[in-house]
Amino acid sequence: MKRVAAWTAALALIAVTTWLVWPSAPEVRGQDQTITVVDGPADDEKVELDTTYFAPPGGGKAPAVLLAHGFGGSKRSMRDQAVRLAQQGYAVMTWSARGFGRSGGQIALNSPDYEVKDVKQLIDWLARRPEVQLDASGDPRVGIAGGSYGGAIALMTAAYDRRVDAIVPQITWSDLADALFPNAAQPAAPATAARTSDPAEPSDPVGGVFKRMWAGIFFGQGVSLDPTSLLGRREAAPPLTPEQARCGRFLPAICAVYQQVAETGRATPEAVELLRKSSPITVAGQIKAPTLLIQGQRDSLFPLGHADANARAIAAGGTPVSLAWFDGGHDGGNGEADWLFDQSAAWFARYLKGDDSAPRVSAFTVTRDGGRDPGTRQRIRLHPEAGAYPGLAGTGTTDVRLSGPAQNIVNPPGGAPAAISTVPGIGGLLAGQNTGGVSLDMPGQSAAFESAPLTAPLQLTGSPTVRIRVSGEGEATLFVKLYDVADSIQPPALPAGLVAPVRVSIPEGAGSAEATVALPAVDHNFAVGHRLRLVVATTDMGFATPVQPAAYQVELASPALAVPTVGTLAAAPTGIAWWVWAMPLAAVVVAGVLLATGRTPSRSRRRTAAAVTPDAGPGDGAPAAESREAVAAANGRTAGQKGDADVPLGGQEGDADVPLEISGLTKAYRNGELAVDGLSFRVERGQVLGLLGPNGAGKTTTMRMMMGLIQPDAGEIRIFGEPVAPGAPVLSRLGSFVEGPGFLPHLSGRDNIALYWAATGRPAADAHFEEALEIAGLGKALDRAVRTYSQGMRQRLAIAQAMLGLPDLLVLDEPTNGLDPPQIREMREVLKRYARDGRTVIVSSHMLAEVEQTCSHVVVMRRGRLVSTGPVSQLLGSATRSNGHGPRLEDVFLDLIGDNA
Amino acid sequence: MTAATGYAPNRTLPLRVEIVRQFKRRRTIVAFGLLLALPWILVIAFQFGPQSNAQGQSALRISDLATASGLNFAAFALSVSASFLLVVAVALFCGDTVSSEANWSSLRYLLAAPVPRDRLLRQKLIVALGYSAAAVICLPLMALLAGTLAFGWDDIQVPGTGETIPAFDVLPRFGIVIAYALVSQLVVAAVAFLVSTMTDSPLGAVGGAVGLWIVCTILQAVEALGVLREFLPTFWNNAWLDALAPELDWSGMAKGASISITYAAILIAVAFRRFRRKDVVS
Repeated sequence: MKRVAAWTAALALIAVTTWLVWPSAPEVRGQDQTITVVDGPADDEKVELDTTYFAPPGGGKAPAVLLAHGFGGSKRSMRDQAVRLAQQGYAVMTWSARGFGRSGGQIALNSPDYEVKDVKQLIDWLARRPEVQLDASGDPRVGIAGGSYGGAIALMTAAYDRRVDAIVPQITWSDLADALFPNAAQPAAPATAARTSDPAEPSDPVGGVFKRMWAGIFFGQGVSLDPTSLLGRREAAPPLTPEQARCGRFLPAICAVYQQVAETGRATPEAVELLRKSSPITVAGQIKAPTLLIQGQRDSLFPLGHADANARAIAAGGTPVSLAWFDGGHDGGNGEADWLFDQSAAWFARYLKGDDSAPRVSAFTVTRDGGRDPGTRQRIRLHPEAGAYPGLAGTGTTDVRLSGPAQNIVNPPGGAPAAISTVPGIGGLLAGQNTGGVSLDMPGQSAAFESAPLTAPLQLTGSPTVRIRVSGEGEATLFVKLYDVADSIQPPALPAGLVAPVRVSIPEGAGSAEATVALPAVDHNFAVGHRLRLVVATTDMGFATPVQPAAYQVELASPALAVPTVGTLAAAPTGIAWWVWAMPLAAVVVAGVLLATGRTPSRSRRRTAAAVTPDAGPGDGAPAAESREAVAAANGRTAGQKGDADVPLGGQEGDADVPLEISGLTKAYRNGELAVDGLSFRVERGQVLGLLGPNGAGKTTTMRMMMGLIQPDAGEIRIFGEPVAPGAPVLSRLGSFVEGPGFLPHLSGRDNIALYWAATGRPAADAHFEEALEIAGLGKALDRAVRTYSQGMRQRLAIAQAMLGLPDLLVLDEPTNGLDPPQIREMREVLKRYARDGRTVIVSSHMLAEVEQTCSHVVVMRRGRLVSTGPVSQLLGSATRSNGHGPRLEDVFLDLIGDNA
Repeated sequence: MTAATGYAPNRTLPLRVEIVRQFKRRRTIVAFGLLLALPWILVIAFQFGPQSNAQGQSALRISDLATASGLNFAAFALSVSASFLLVVAVALFCGDTVSSEANWSSLRYLLAAPVPRDRLLRQKLIVALGYSAAAVICLPLMALLAGTLAFGWDDIQVPGTGETIPAFDVLPRFGIVIAYALVSQLVVAAVAFLVSTMTDSPLGAVGGAVGLWIVCTILQAVEALGVLREFLPTFWNNAWLDALAPELDWSGMAKGASISITYAAILIAVAFRRFRRKDVVS
């Protein structure tokens, strides 16, 4: 118990120390600050911005990072990220953009005249902070990161302010006009030409299809683009004025333009001009700050094409650009918050801190499904990388042949019911982690063209293209999508839930028109046996479609679907973790050490103890002294009696002729009380020794030590000259019956005896089964299971087991317990006969009369100490002298143990 | 003459003797009977239970595929039993091997025979592991037999994706599954064995091992532990599923085997070390 407690205490101490010493992240404090900026086209509008500044925790000068929030958020949404980043040694500033949170002003959609000017003045402010590292006077070392609306301000500011040193824009737009009025149809031209045309060239938004639902959310009052906030709680807001209700916090000019386009579903040139002014694509060529573009694969608002356009435009200016397509975006997905943070931190470490040891960010990284983790069975994500960004056309193209007849489809009046691909804002909540979400096509509204089952897996990375021909009249609004069809059982999957809206104008009188459709850029693996299905539909819930009914015929202009692939994307090799082989090896070594160091050290210890003093007790002070006296007394008496004893004088220590010699034997209970205290005596051949003592005298403990079951704390037992230790071979000459029988209850008596003998490994011929079983006298019961035996039967069987092999020394503990008088008498004879052949028997008993009749010698113990030893006759003789009664052992015994009141 | 004639320490407690001593026990018979009967009970349950009418609807869980073929059925039987039944069986064989002897008081007579303590533990461990292995092996084999008789011999359908792998390609994989199940149970065996040497209550030893297993399983659900959970002995318990995936993935099983062997080696060493010096008072 003490050892366990000590170990527990030690472990607890180590744990607490580790806990205290373990380096904790430095504490970061945010300092709220209202900064007044001046902006507007004429630089005459004062706006108060609500900011929080996180000084770098380490002291000294550090680079600064501006963290911009997304649409509908505020500086508070960036707090956690800011703290994390500041802990890595940056001065971090978050702010609520104008029109959001507690900042003043109105939303101008990241306009160069408003928001960009604001951020420039925040950079001015940072340049005045003493903790911020400066590149030049008034030019701090500064980076900007942010998602969506915040990503766009990063790009816009970097384009207008050369002081920005690195940016990490996430899930943001390149062209807001194209995002809200996309048109995936490329002008009628041969497919090959279409592939080589520059996809960064924006399509004409005036002909684009209005992304109605997203635009509504974007411009809606107080609605965040964070999908969870749509379903989550909203802060209580005061009642709205009519103007607020109409335009929210938008600039009135923007509000008016939106209301106009939302009504018609058509982009006006003024609207396009306004949106383009807030679009990085127009100024991306001026960006000189190294840019890490992180775009979501699940984003129907700003799909991967926007990052592609930005990347091309920035790279054209010679600026380093990296791209990452992660599992997330405005439609949900995993989000990979930790991975994004690590990537951003690595980017800033390289380009703001100039830390070359920072993890490298590859030019192009794609998050892919890596199956399930073997332990958690959770989905895991892989991040294959490529050294160069290949663009949406990939590094190679696989042509997949589609087939299908020309099909007639209709646009229903009013555009309802509409097909469903993604439900903006909540698509991510409905969709599972790995499915394309809910996608439904309405019958009669869609034409499908399908490939044969794939014979090899196809990894699509980029934007596939296909040429279709549309027959009909006027202007056809169509939605083209590419399904992954597994079999007839599972519903077809629409990768990322993305569709390509196209508007095809059929010239008057021509009757039909061809269009090359660039399908949405995705990264998707089509497994073997799956088919690709191209669907052309007339409706989609997320878009504004014409209300007039119309009918078209759709067919493939060319059967080939060009599927881009990127062969250079390779996952970082994941070797077996080092601990997989190191741990078992270490464990085997530890096990070896545990076994080697634990190898019976007690033997040497006991030897030393015996050599130094035969009576060394574990206790100190009084008990030790007492025990010494007791031993001395006992030895004295033994020595005194030995001379006239009828037994031959024993040899020295280690004499192989002495069946049992005990010297200085001491054993303490766990509580420190001595069970056996400096016991010494010896037994000679041919003796039947009675071990006497009241309960708790230490008889059984002594016998257990003789059997090697218990290790003495001090002193030694020698059997035929050999010291007793657990498993000492000399124990094979000892037969024992201590503290009751021990049999396998499910086996018969005979099997028990036979298996016990077999367990000793000695030849069956040496066992003398018949003699032993005769002593047991069980008769037919021998073949019954032991569990059916009475106490006496078990007792006799156990004595028989002890006599198997006719051991030279027989130790029996209370052998007559449970026996009836005839059996007791028989047992007495057996024991006497047994000792007559030169063997030795040690019997412990309470039945003094029994001992008197059976034993030749006697050892009396009391409280672990030897009280008396010698031949029975001698003991009785001395007793007669002392009290004049007839020589009864009982009186002698009671006298000896001091209980004869 | 230090020892009795014919006595040699390395001949004591032969494996044959220990096997016989354990085999005739009721708990051994019952445990094997249960393990061998379970597949047939499952077969009957599948035969007479209400038929699932949603033909094909997301019918790709391992339990839905159980009736597809004998191999599928065996995989199912293993998956439902590996998490608890086999744990209990292994804990039973390894947990009461020493403690039951202490409980019957026969341990002291074996030790005084004398069977050297290390040898006693070694022989008992070998036999207990042998019985455990037999238990782990006999269940899937009987399930394979029962499943084949009931549902026919067919290629295996992989849970999750529904792909099929030819039956004869998957038989070696089945060997891997069983081998891994054996290795992953080593921890239970070692814990049970260690407790067995410390107590004279067989129930305590078995319950201790099973209890530890349950605690680990609960801890495993605490996601906040992060990567630490990988080092829980139960974490990789289901990694054998990877052996039935279309593409054999060793990584999970390698980690699981590594952790299992690590724990087992140390625990068994501790058991030997403790028992060597222990005062046998039962």
